[in-house]
Formats: sequence, structure tokens, C-alpha cells
Amino acid sequence: MDFLNGITLIANYIVIPGLTYGSQLALGALGITIIYSVLRFSNFAHGEFMSFGAMNSILLSWLFISLGVTLHPLPTAIIVLPIAIVFTISYCIIIDKFIFKFYRKQNSKSVINLIVSIGVMFFTGGLIRFIVGPGDKNFFDGERFILKARTFKNITGLNEGLTLKTTQGITIILSVLLVILLFWFLNKTKTGKSMRAYSDNKELALLSGINPEKVVLITWIITGTLACVAGTLYGLDKSYKPFTYLHLVLPIFSAAIVGGVGNPVGAIIGGFVIAFSELIITFAYKKIFFYFLPSNFVPEGLLQILSTDYKIAISFLILVLVLLIKPTGIYKGKII
Amino acid sequence: MTNASRIKFLYILMTITLLLVGFFQSWNVALTIFNLCLISSIMTLGINIQWGNAGIVNFGVMGFAALGGLANIIISMPPTQNAWKVGGEIIIIGLLVFTLSIIFSILLFKKSNLNNKIKYLISFAFIISGYFIMRLLVDAPIEKIEAIEPAKTGYLGGFNLPVLLSWPVGGLLAAFSAFIIGKISLGLRSDYLAIATLGISEIIIYFLKNEDWLSRGVKNVNGLPRPVPYEIELQSKEWVLKVSDYLDTPITELSSIIVKLSYSMLFCVVLLIVLFLLEIAVKSPWGRMMRAIRDNEVSANAMGKNIKQRHLQVFIIGSAIVGLAGAMLTTLDGQFTPVSYQPLRYTFLIWIMVIVGGSGNNFGSIIGGFLIWFFWVQSEPLGLWFISQITTHISDANIIKSHLLENAAHIRLMFMGMILLITLRFAPKGLIPEVKR
Repeated sequence: MDFLNGITLIANYIVIPGLTYGSQLALGALGITIIYSVLRFSNFAHGEFMSFGAMNSILLSWLFISLGVTLHPLPTAIIVLPIAIVFTISYCIIIDKFIFKFYRKQNSKSVINLIVSIGVMFFTGGLIRFIVGPGDKNFFDGERFILKARTFKNITGLNEGLTLKTTQGITIILSVLLVILLFWFLNKTKTGKSMRAYSDNKELALLSGINPEKVVLITWIITGTLACVAGTLYGLDKSYKPFTYLHLVLPIFSAAIVGGVGNPVGAIIGGFVIAFSELIITFAYKKIFFYFLPSNFVPEGLLQILSTDYKIAISFLILVLVLLIKPTGIYKGKII
Repeated sequence: MTNASRIKFLYILMTITLLLVGFFQSWNVALTIFNLCLISSIMTLGINIQWGNAGIVNFGVMGFAALGGLANIIISMPPTQNAWKVGGEIIIIGLLVFTLSIIFSILLFKKSNLNNKIKYLISFAFIISGYFIMRLLVDAPIEKIEAIEPAKTGYLGGFNLPVLLSWPVGGLLAAFSAFIIGKISLGLRSDYLAIATLGISEIIIYFLKNEDWLSRGVKNVNGLPRPVPYEIELQSKEWVLKVSDYLDTPITELSSIIVKLSYSMLFCVVLLIVLFLLEIAVKSPWGRMMRAIRDNEVSANAMGKNIKQRHLQVFIIGSAIVGLAGAMLTTLDGQFTPVSYQPLRYTFLIWIMVIVGGSGNNFGSIIGGFLIWFFWVQSEPLGLWFISQITTHISDANIIKSHLLENAAHIRLMFMGMILLITLRFAPKGLIPEVKR
């Protein structure tokens, strides 16, 4: 019984939150990695693109709720997501047309593009705050829990509860679907293959008649979709505040680099590595030991490796370690 | 326009703008802006020597500025007597143990010829055990120290020395950490370096936010000593009263103007010294070498220049300048608030200053610091004015209008983004381009 209790505890506090946060990071890191492998720069504005997508979902959700169109038990955000994605993609394409295209034509260095993306970050951040304001926005409606702690306890008779929030379930399911779709597109369709060819060797791809403008357009469509979904899911799961997305950029970059920049599988693995290490390092192990060890062996104190305040700093720590030991990441990414 | 006339034109323009603020808003506001402009331009000079002359992307401005701020506490605050009695020394010993374990594993890595896997294992084991020994030593005294009058002290305190000393010490602290950070990350490509320095600066801020025994964390350290007299003291001085009568300004306003002016003078002295030294450095063979490395690393390497060492050198110098400016900023504020260190305000804004002013030109960096800080402060009222102008024809009861007016302040982020994008597009070399040599 103690053993099962311990397992439930781990599942409740590490596995489920880790899977959720990991999927959100993975979706974000995929966006950054795809921009990096096709357009060859680190896009600092990606966090704000995510925020922009979440904002679209919020505004549309409010509109739909006021019209009475909801999808009870599920949040309304699910219905409006396709429309929000279209808006986000349009914004990305407009930004590309007016800003990034110029530097692409000039073959600017990747650092210049990076600084340009900081300009875009400022602009988008300002635009978002201008439209919805800086405050906390809640747009979750519908049933809060798929599985409540008490129900779980009643069914199994264990001491520890297991909760699964609706948002967590939605996040995991949507991420899996999106990733499957993305890999199918990249590996099976002709357009996807041409995109991979372009990112592998630009000159050769151009020689074989691949239209670069089309590749760039598709890249932004994919990035916009990923950003909007990731942003909306993060906002649904942990309430939406515009400034949190700036702080989210760094864990996402960590995820992309840890997995190996330019490699989609790496981005996903990186996302989960970051999410799980954040949780594992800041988890208080006292209770686990309480279940797994005989009672007189349980040590005193909370048994935390690092206090929870350092949660986000851990992703940077891992980033620094990876850059030191293996700058190419887990899966070898592109080094230009 | 030639560079010299550009410099003249822009500096005169800036002076006139600040004077106009003085005449039409108030001299207090003008001097507040001026002081922060001075600090911003010193930070900008620090980044410019790295980016403009050596091509190093340092996104760690925020961390170095915060370390400069920490120097204020360590130097100028009185020590908490009881804290040293309950085990301040033990904390120092614990930190030393951890540092030694790291140094040992680095030495092991460099000197021994063991196989790589074994090296990783041993050094990993060393660092981990060093960490846990430190935690064993340190955890209890930290708890005790943080329990001493947590509302007032609850930290180790400082050395009770004159606060002006904290400026060079802030520079040294930043230089020391730049040495470590540079050793870790300077081998990386430019955009990895940007992300790594940004990440490390976040780690520094998290450390300062959470280690209450050192910096009181989010409880802030208030009441840092000042290098200039207090307003209250000035108000009882006779000459101040006379000047107040003569100028016909209220004594309270005059005293705060005098305080701000004395800060301005101190900052001006520092700015001029830093500028003078940097100009000498840039014009010297050393500066030529840095630019050669920036323009073509391979050929500079072939000429026998040690690129790693030179990069580390310039990284340390630039970061020390940022640390110095950070220390000055905290002294001006009179308090150390770790929460206020945001990458948007420190790192990215300073970068906009460098780019807009003109990378590779020290005079450009200064005007960039002045202009962008001025816009940063004034774009809030400017945004409000702009919004109210375009919505004059809409009735006040309209929801959209009130919503727009409410959020008008955030237009300044958009302004900053647009300024940066427009500069990069139409004047990529900045307002005052690098001198062609």
C-alpha cells in the first residue's frame, strides 16, 4: 500500500505536471527550432508570438462565450483555436514581409537577425499590452477537473490523491496530435520534404527548383500554428499574463538547445528534459521517503535539492551545463 | 554630415531638449532624467566596447548591473553584529568548500590524463559532494541569520565603509564574475553566447532574490548611505536659504535640485573618466587589434593574436563598466531591489541604446543612452497625448476610447521596438557611425 501511495505521489507531483509543462515547452521549442533551421536565426520574438496567439484565443473566447457558443465540459478556447491560429499566422507573415524579409534578402548575419527579432519582441509585446492590458486574464470555462483527488481516493482507497486537470489533459492530447501532424508533414509530404531540403542545403535546394518564398511562407505558417497552440495551452493551464511569456522564452531556448537546435525530435526531448529536471530538482522528497523507507530511517527536513524559488533558474543551469559539455545538444543540431 | 558635425548637432539637440523639459515641466524631472541618462550611457559604453569593437554579444547587462548594486550593500551597510555571532563565518567556510570542490574538478579536468568518462564521473561526484557538504554546513546558520529581526536586518550586512567605494568594488565584482562567465561561455557562437549570458544573468538575479542572508532577497535593502547630503540637512543651511530667496524657489524644491545636481556632477566625472580611458583604448594598438579580431577572426589568429584571451579581456572590461554603472544606479536609488531587475529594462533597452547610438563609436553610445532613456521616460506621456489626439472625435463614454487611454502607457514598448527596427533598417550603423580608420 505504501508503495502504491508513493507511486501516486510521484505521479501527481512530478509525472503529470512534468508532462504538461514539458509539452508546452516542447511546442515552443519546436517553433524556435524550425525558424532556426530554415531562416537561420534565434527568434527572441517567439515568446511574444505565443503571447499573441494566446491573446487571440482569449478575445475570441470572450466573444464566443458572450454569443453563447460554448463546448461545455471543454473550454471554449478549443473551438476558437483554429481562428486564433489563422490570426497568429497572418501576424507572423505580415511581420516577416515587412521586417525579416529585408534582412533575408541582404543575407544578414544571424546576430543582426537576432537583434531585429528583439525589436519585433518589443513591438509585439507593446501591441499585446496595448490591446488587452498588462493584467491577469482568465479565459478558462467548463469543467476544471477530469479526475479529482477525492474521487481517486474513493475509488482506490489510497491516502494520496491523484488529480488531472482538464487543461493538463487537453495540453497533452493536443500536443501529441500536433506533433504527429508536424512529423507527418515534414517527412511524408512533398512540401515538407522541400522544406527539409531547403534547411539542409539552401543553394542545392534552390538549384533543384524549390521556391524559397514558398518555403519561408510554410515555415511561418507552422511557426504561427505552434506558437498559437503553445501560448493558448500555457495560458489556459496557468492563467494568462503578458509578461510571463518574456520569461518563458529562456526555458524554451534551453529546451531547443538542450535537444539540439534545428532538430525537431531534439526540441521535444529537450522540452521534457527541462520540465522534468525543474520538477525533480525542486521536489521535496520527504514524503516519498516516508512511504518507501521504514519509518525510523526517514531523515529530517524537506529534503529538497534546491528550493522551489529556483525552479526557473534550473532551466538556465541546464542550458549552461549543456553548452559547456555538449554544445550541439542531445541530438546533434545544426552548427552554421 | 560628417561625424564631427553629427556629434555637435545631436549633443546640442539633446541639451536643448533637456533644458526644455527643465523650463516647461520642472527642473527636478529634468535632472532625474539627466542622471539616469548618464548612468545609461555608462552602461552603453560598457556594452559598446564589447559589441562595437570586439563583436561580442553580451546579454548579461542585467546581472552585472545587479552585482554592482550588491556591492553597495556589502560596502556601505553596517554589519549585523548578531549575524556574525550565530555563524556568518560558517557560511563563508561553506561557500569556500563548494568553490574548492569546483576548482579541484576543473584542475582535474585540465591536468590529469585519465579517460574522459572517468574524469566526468569524478568531477561530477566532487561537485555534488561539495554542494551537499556546503548545504550541511550552511543551512542551519542561514536559518538563524534570517531569523534575526527579519523586518529590519536578517542578513549579514556589510562593512560600513563610505558608499563611494562601492562603485569601484561593484566594477570589480562584475569583472570577477565576467571572468568566470567568460571562461564558461566565450567559446560559443554569437547567438548561443547571447542566450547563455542572458540565462546566467537570470541565475544571478534569482540568487539575489532568494539568498536572504546576503541581500535580504525580495525584502529589499533600504536606506543605503548617500555620498551627497540629505535634503533635510540642506534645508537648515544658511547659504541654501539665501539662494532660495534669491531665486524665489521653495526651499524643498531647491534642496532636492541641489542633491540631484551633486549626483549629476559625480556621475559626469565618472562618465568622463570612462570615456577618456575607452577613447585611449580604442585608438591604441589594442583597439586596432580588437577590431581586426572582430572583422576576421581567422586572419587575426593567423597573425598570432590569442583570440580567446583578447575576447575574455574585453568581456571583463566591458562588464566591469556595466557593474560600475549598476553600483551608481543603486546608490542613486538609495535602495537595492532585486525584483526591479528585468531583462527588458536592463539588457534589451541598453542594447537598443548601443544600436541606435552607433555601434563602435563611444560618442554615439553616449548619445544613444541619452536619447533612448529620454524617450523611454517621455514616451508614456507622449503615448497618452497621441492616443487622446486620435480619439478626440470619439465621445468620452465610449468603451474603446477609455480602454485605449488606459493602456496608452504600454505604447512605449511599441515605440522602442519601432525605433530599433527603423534604425536597423535605414541607418544600420546608428546615429553616429563608427569612425573609418
